[in-house]
Amino acid sequence: MSTTLWIIIAGAIATYLTRIGGHLVISRFENIHPRVEAGLNAVPAAVLTTLVAPAALGAGPAEWAALIVAGLVSLRGGLMAMFLAGAAVLVLARQFVG
Amino acid sequence: MSAEADSENHAKSDFWQGVRLSLPVVVAAAPFGLLFGALAVDNGFSVLEAFLMSAMVFGGASQMVGIELFGQHVAPWLIVLSIFAVNFRHVLYSAGIGRRIAHWPLVQQAVGYFILTDPQFAVAERKAEAGETVGFAWYMGLGLPVYVFWVTESALGAVFGKLIPNTHALGIDFLLPIYFLGLVMSFRKRPLWLPVVVASAAASIIAYKTVGSPWHVSIGAVAGVLLAVILPPHHSGVEARP
Repeated sequence: MSTTLWIIIAGAIATYLTRIGGHLVISRFENIHPRVEAGLNAVPAAVLTTLVAPAALGAGPAEWAALIVAGLVSLRGGLMAMFLAGAAVLVLARQFVG
Repeated sequence: MSAEADSENHAKSDFWQGVRLSLPVVVAAAPFGLLFGALAVDNGFSVLEAFLMSAMVFGGASQMVGIELFGQHVAPWLIVLSIFAVNFRHVLYSAGIGRRIAHWPLVQQAVGYFILTDPQFAVAERKAEAGETVGFAWYMGLGLPVYVFWVTESALGAVFGKLIPNTHALGIDFLLPIYFLGLVMSFRKRPLWLPVVVASAAASIIAYKTVGSPWHVSIGAVAGVLLAVILPPHHSGVEARP
């Protein structure tokens, strides 16, 4: 089998473990330590930020404009609205600054 | 009408009630399914591999991260670890939904956990909070259309993506950071959100410049999580329970 297929299978198993793991763990313990809970609550913002920050730093004006507009739209609109706004600004800006 | 036929009709109407609730999710996820397929091929996946990943992982953000790292020729075990890290939030959903579906047979529970996505959790939790029973037929009505459309769109995007000539002009290479920024923003109501984002951003940028990719993801994430762990729990809106 190809490496790609192994990555997909292992990724699927890892994902399923996260989807069933919380239930398996919580059904054994009565309480989660508040600090652990606080850490878990921080996971989405912590992980996702690392996918934006370095990419934003290494980008140019077109990308920055797209991120700023998308960030502003996300304060009011949903995920779809902010994504479409950001993509539109990106495509438009790249016609001018490449 | 026999009791058996009556309960079967109940299951049918429950299923279709779930399907109705799935429609907004199906619509909102459609562009991302197509985008995933196109990006997967762009990063070196075959059409079949893009289809398989959607069918087996069924987690949009983690699939995007996976193919992004795959395109950067990152070590396979790190790609799997990154998929695990991005999907780690499901541990919390899993812990929360367990008590709602504990009355199902084990096989049904196993299937239920497989399709436990962000909207699946949110809508099911809302139903449970309203005092209604979360039944298997209703849950599948909600989740199955999302799954079928996601997998189909991934395959379509993978086939269609090859036809897109100039991906740079169309901005396809930078759509993911925009999408991830949206996900980051969607968690902004959480306690400690800004300090965590600042800590993770700073740590990931420093790690990106010094240690290099893809370690910046893990290092940045650990920095943000550690900050939330180290600060006294009342900052996180988490109360010590007796």
